[in-house]
Amino acid sequence: MIITCPYCGPRDSSEFVYQGEDGRTRPDPASTDQAAWNAYVYDRVNTAGEHEEIWQHSGGCRAHLRLVRNTLTHKISSVSMARHATVPRRRRKAETPA
Amino acid sequence: MSPRRASSGGLIDRSRSIRFSFDGQDFTGHPGDTLASAMLANGVSLFGRSFKYHRPRGVLAAGVDEPNALVTVLRGEAREPNIQATMLEIYDGLQVVSQNRFPSLGFDIGALNQLGGKVLGAGFYYKTFMGPVFGPLKGTRFWMFCEHFIRHAAGLGRAGTVPDPSRYERMNAYCDVLVVGSGPAGLAAAKAAAATGARVVLAEQDARLGGCANWSGGSIDAQPATEWAAGAAHELAGLANVTVLSRTTVWGYYDGNTIAALERVADHKATPRTGEPRHRHWTIRAGKVVLATGAFERPLVFPGNDRPGVMLASAAARYAAEFGVLPGEKIAVFTNNDGAYASALALREAGCSIVAIVDVRGELSAAARELAVRTGAEVLTGRAVTGTEGGKKLHCIQVQGFDVVTGAITGDARSIDADCLLVSGGWSPVINLASQAGARAEWNDRLQAFLPPKEAEGWVGAGGFNGTFALDAALAEGLAAGSGEAGETAPDPAGDLDMSPAPVFEVTAKGKAFVDFQHDVTADDVRLAHREGFQSVEHLKRYTTLGMATDQGKTSNVPGLAIMANALGKQIPDVGTTRFRPPFAPVSIGSLAAERYGEIRPERLTPMHDWHLANGARMYSAGLWHRTMIYGLPGETVEQAYVREAKTTREAAGIADVSTLGKIMVQGPDAADFLDRVYTNIFSTLPVGKARYGLMLREDGLALDDGTTWRLGELDFLMTTTTANAGKVMQHLEFLLDVIWPELRVHLTSVTDQWAGASIAGPRSREILAACVSGTKVDNETLPFMGIVHGAISGAPVMICRLSFSGELAYEVYSGAGHGTHVWKALIEAGKPFGLVPYGLEALGTMRIEKGHVTGAEIDGRTTARDLHLDWMLSKKKPFVGSMMMDREGLIAPDRLQLVGIVSLDNQPLNGGSHIVEQLDRDRPHGSVGHMTAACYSPALGRHIGLALVKAGKDRRGQRAFVSDPLRRRFGPVEIVSHHFYDPEGKRMHG
Repeated sequence: MIITCPYCGPRDSSEFVYQGEDGRTRPDPASTDQAAWNAYVYDRVNTAGEHEEIWQHSGGCRAHLRLVRNTLTHKISSVSMARHATVPRRRRKAETPA
Repeated sequence: MSPRRASSGGLIDRSRSIRFSFDGQDFTGHPGDTLASAMLANGVSLFGRSFKYHRPRGVLAAGVDEPNALVTVLRGEAREPNIQATMLEIYDGLQVVSQNRFPSLGFDIGALNQLGGKVLGAGFYYKTFMGPVFGPLKGTRFWMFCEHFIRHAAGLGRAGTVPDPSRYERMNAYCDVLVVGSGPAGLAAAKAAAATGARVVLAEQDARLGGCANWSGGSIDAQPATEWAAGAAHELAGLANVTVLSRTTVWGYYDGNTIAALERVADHKATPRTGEPRHRHWTIRAGKVVLATGAFERPLVFPGNDRPGVMLASAAARYAAEFGVLPGEKIAVFTNNDGAYASALALREAGCSIVAIVDVRGELSAAARELAVRTGAEVLTGRAVTGTEGGKKLHCIQVQGFDVVTGAITGDARSIDADCLLVSGGWSPVINLASQAGARAEWNDRLQAFLPPKEAEGWVGAGGFNGTFALDAALAEGLAAGSGEAGETAPDPAGDLDMSPAPVFEVTAKGKAFVDFQHDVTADDVRLAHREGFQSVEHLKRYTTLGMATDQGKTSNVPGLAIMANALGKQIPDVGTTRFRPPFAPVSIGSLAAERYGEIRPERLTPMHDWHLANGARMYSAGLWHRTMIYGLPGETVEQAYVREAKTTREAAGIADVSTLGKIMVQGPDAADFLDRVYTNIFSTLPVGKARYGLMLREDGLALDDGTTWRLGELDFLMTTTTANAGKVMQHLEFLLDVIWPELRVHLTSVTDQWAGASIAGPRSREILAACVSGTKVDNETLPFMGIVHGAISGAPVMICRLSFSGELAYEVYSGAGHGTHVWKALIEAGKPFGLVPYGLEALGTMRIEKGHVTGAEIDGRTTARDLHLDWMLSKKKPFVGSMMMDREGLIAPDRLQLVGIVSLDNQPLNGGSHIVEQLDRDRPHGSVGHMTAACYSPALGRHIGLALVKAGKDRRGQRAFVSDPLRRRFGPVEIVSHHFYDPEGKRMHG
């Protein structure tokens, strides 16, 4: 798999470290909503298909990237710098299996 | 009569001879020969014994699809089994032995298995070796007893036991267009792609480019196809933007057009050039892949179809045209399609006589009939071969009437003398790589074959791969695929042979009819699997092992499916097909490892590494770091050395290399705020020039790491982490800044390697510093506990922080890495009058156990701050990472594993990893309530002590328990105590 880092260009995925599903909203640091914290730390959508996720270019510029990757084909349809997010953050509902 | 070399013809170099040996007997061949062609040229048709029944086997194919002719190549002491004779180029001195026979290939005791054939069917082992239900060899023991003998009798070649002396290499490549296969379509594609200026890689698994152009006749651009191919190959080799890789098998097609290929660089050479690897593994990242991998001819399934002398029609034509080898004198042909007629004619023209062509079809096309006439053969339509005779070499076939619709056999058998039988059951496009890339194969009724899908991402197909067998059409597809422009589909020129076969895969008659030659799976085995309920294609494969041998069913998949479909009364596409997986052909393990074997981890050495070695240090590795264990004096044991080092440090002074600690610069206007968020305690209140001990939690509330952070300026902090967690902490912080709080203006820099660190500890450490530090005082007022000063030692600038891991009055002296050894030596020199000793990790560990400080052994990803008695560090004034999760029910339960001290009551050493139990049971150890995380002999206490994580440990302090270490046979009584063994008030370090 090749990931096109916005800084470094197309690089082999072995240079990157997967940092989990994107789109999770971290509660406000002062929040005492235990359910929200539980959801943030443990709940994952585990999408079959277009999946928003975070990768760090740990063997390169060390930036965190937002990827949209199809988990069925490994096709990456978008890459952007996490720090300058242009992808709106949203929480997706887990789809119930048909 | 035997196969032989024709007096002329072929692409071999007849002017030179090559000597090689097979089973100890010497043979000769010519450059350009494979082992298979050279052996046939020498009249040898018996190559090996089959997997299960030990039947004599010859060559069936001429290339990578060969299932039978597997041999072992000897290279000195090393041996490589299961090499296809059809893929092995001969060289002077090549030594080959046959496989799976005892005592010899000609006379093989295992051939007795043929008599037991009825019993040895599919699932034989599953059904038989259930074992008796009583006695010494009951159940699986019986199986294991039998296994020894079965393993000896069954199987393929024997692997070598000596280390492989060969060298292997890995290569990465990038290209715009990768063309796989150099037949006419592949060559056309490569030429067209090269003409566009693209970077092209052309991979061909054989030694010679050209593929079927080398043996199937025809003409291209008004010249013989062979000459056209040679010209195209020459032209491509001269182009700067083209890399031609011959002897290179593309075996894996992975995501994002990442291609794995194996180049056999030196397998064909008697003496490889200096430095030349045997194999080279290629990782090719291709913009586009052109699959021009051609098609495999399929054998027909009929009794005796595995006898030496039975050969694929195209393979025989290839032996004649490419190698000048005639596979027989009197050749019969058995086919269900027109293609075999062209092969028969090629052999006729090479000098063989074609005695009969047996065709299952009742009617022939005009083109086939015309070819048949030219071969001079008797044509028997509506017939089938129902048996072969001849022991180890074919001498006669049985032919009977055959109904192409019902498969019924009619009439009496007629014997026809023949020493070679060409078979053709149609063609299967080599779609393996496309299948690996995720393509779903589509069944084509006309060709009776699985074809690749028309639309695909990443790759485009051309030629036989697409089921396009006419030369002009294949060239047009290659051109279009290579140039990236849709070409006009060339109309099928009249007169070309129709390659579509009659839908006949099997002739059912008495006798063993093989589907998978390499794993000895017969048509009856497939039907048995059906009767026993293993009907899905995946179950069929696993139960009968059909298609699971090293050839991965290249010749057997489709016939096997057809027979199962017939048994089920279904159509072939309804039965489905298994997905092809890498590798396409066997891959040497050596090429995958290449240079990555042995000790390949990078080494991290501290700036003072050489000094340690020169001064008696015994080193060990801690992660990638090499660290000093002890500085042993002559005659000292490890225990004696660390006890002396720790004792001297507590009584006078000691110095340790702490350069390995993780060091991160945290800088920026929001640095203090950021630290408040990631540490459990507060850092924004820390004055410049002071340090503070900090604890980090993970988001889930468990402890992550601890260390001191020094405020060097209003906006500058130097964070230290434990050696092992440096990378993890950096990543944690980077994630928080990049993803969670991008608004924070903080910059992180790893400076672990930029600073050299020396920890100088002990009651005399201040005097030592005072003796060598210039530019600052180091007295208690100037440098109080957790204070930081800047100065110089022997002219080198240093930064000194007064902090203690050992519990003594102690300082960490940091200098630029380049000054590390200089400063270290100056400290050693200054310490001499005060009895300073260098100490290693063992003494450091001993002193930290005595103090009850935690390290990675206790912060193991399962413990909380409270478990480790670090609750005092949990600020209630601010939220921090993990603050909301750390108080969950399970994390504050009273029966959690909690940190305690352990004292040995029998005065014997303790071991890290031992269990703590309430009741000792040496014979049946059980009832663990925790485990030791560290242990040492404490010189300060004069006892064997340790730290442990024990269930509800805080409440057990003062109680008796036992250590139970069944592996090391260490059992004994201990007392559970507070983890603060030594100077719990910390008077010494504050002194």
